[in-house]
Amino acid sequence: MSVLVYIDQSNGAAKKASLEAAFYGKTLAAAKGTDAVGVYLGEASESDVAELGNYGLNKVLHANDAMFNNFDSKAFAKAVVAAASQAGAQTIVVPFNQNGKQLGPRLSVRLNAGYVPGASALPNADGQYSKAVFSGKSFADYDIQTESQIIGLSANSIQIEKSGDSAAVEAFDSGVIADDFATTHIKKEVLEGEIPLTEAEKVVSAGRGLKGPENWGMIEDLAKALGAATACSRPVSDIGWRPHHEHVGQTGVTVKPNLYIAIGISGAIQHLAGVNQSKVMVVINNDPEAPFFKAADYGIVGDAFDVVPKLLEEVKAFNA
Amino acid sequence: MKILVPISKVPDTTAKIAFTNNNTEFDTNNVQFIINPTDEWYALVRAIELVEKNGGSVTVINVGPAANEQFIRKALAIGANDAVRVDAEPKDAFFTASQIADYAKANAYDLVLTGKETIDYNGAQIGGMIAEFMDAGYVSLVTRLDIEDGKASINREIEGGEEVVEASLPLVISAQKGMAEQRIPNMRGIMQARTKPLTVIPANGNSPLVNIAAYHLPAEKDGCTYVDADNVGELVRLLHEEAKVI
Repeated sequence: MSVLVYIDQSNGAAKKASLEAAFYGKTLAAAKGTDAVGVYLGEASESDVAELGNYGLNKVLHANDAMFNNFDSKAFAKAVVAAASQAGAQTIVVPFNQNGKQLGPRLSVRLNAGYVPGASALPNADGQYSKAVFSGKSFADYDIQTESQIIGLSANSIQIEKSGDSAAVEAFDSGVIADDFATTHIKKEVLEGEIPLTEAEKVVSAGRGLKGPENWGMIEDLAKALGAATACSRPVSDIGWRPHHEHVGQTGVTVKPNLYIAIGISGAIQHLAGVNQSKVMVVINNDPEAPFFKAADYGIVGDAFDVVPKLLEEVKAFNA
Repeated sequence: MKILVPISKVPDTTAKIAFTNNNTEFDTNNVQFIINPTDEWYALVRAIELVEKNGGSVTVINVGPAANEQFIRKALAIGANDAVRVDAEPKDAFFTASQIADYAKANAYDLVLTGKETIDYNGAQIGGMIAEFMDAGYVSLVTRLDIEDGKASINREIEGGEEVVEASLPLVISAQKGMAEQRIPNMRGIMQARTKPLTVIPANGNSPLVNIAAYHLPAEKDGCTYVDADNVGELVRLLHEEAKVI
């Protein structure tokens, strides 16, 4: 009864969230006295797929087929269920990312398996999975009532330890045909060379306190120096200073980085809902009464145009 | 075109979160409830816009007790044509989705349009479950949805950008910001909503697949450590030596 891990990929490379899912699946499997097996759908080099062994997978079922290069929840669910059957897996781990959020619920229905959407830790002694609820204001212990289990793993919830091993790659015939696909891919528009916000371990975020889009240069420079992704508050994306996909908050993206630096953001409850699972929060604001300071671990009361350039120099000096 | 919009009742964003009964139940005392924001602002409004453009009708559906009818009436006031309430407590997402999917299949809906996630359990799972029950396509986190000649053109969020896809109907979509603009019900809508059809149906006998054993509030923060604006080097030191995040 192995544990199956769905490896979500983009352009033939496993996403960071998939590597976390692999290591989480391996840890779950070890506790059950079994192995973790991956399922990789789409074209990729055998050496790249074998590299997943470094993250704990013993074996990867690889459907090396261009049909799977772009995600479709209906066809992928069918393929993953076929892989679970082949691997004899009752537990399936999927990353709780954009594609995983489509896949997990489908697998739950298809297999009549209880699903934890966004587990934030390994199960407790009673086999229950903790998950953030009420927009990060609380956690709930999910008790799955079925033998079969689907675990959607929230990003940045487990610290990966590489094993140095290589996975056995096995050609996988999923039985999925073109007619199983419900969507047709037209195009992707992705900013090249940037760290995707949802996968970032560090985030530098700015709000209306920046006064205009022309002032984002120093935010981007600071993010670059820290190896961080950039983000923004809702008003900033609403007025078009920054693209929508950078908007964190209740109606935007939810992030869970190790470090979240908020610059010129007051900290409305809707914004906090998207960032309050961050491990460490730094707030820079010229208003000492800004509500964000109540949620912060570190704060600087000061003008962003004074503090950020100084912080950039200090980070550069630290890096050197 | 027939569009079904599931709506959920959730605590208002600013609600204080507390638990009772030995931390096994959400404390609803003094909590104000609302329609889940992405259901109301984006899914419902876009459904109404599509019907205004292409013809058809919008049905809202809620799984919940009779007390939920005030939220259903609000959705009718915003512009839905009719409504269905499945008379049951929503036990878990699987139970709830199965009720909605049964109704959608029996009444041949072309499109099911939900919000991207509810702000209480943040599971983002109802849409995908309904789609699997219906054996239909499902696209989530959608920022643009156009439908012409029975074909949907969709922009959806992916890591660091967007993907454009096309799909045929029937289809399930989860909506987020960008898809539509919030509509406030006007007096005429509120008056009309009183007489729009609201059908109550019994639940199917499906059992939930998960149960919440207990809730926990996060550990209190130690409070904010302030660093002087003239000494930002100290912040870098703290982030490295104390917080160990750089």
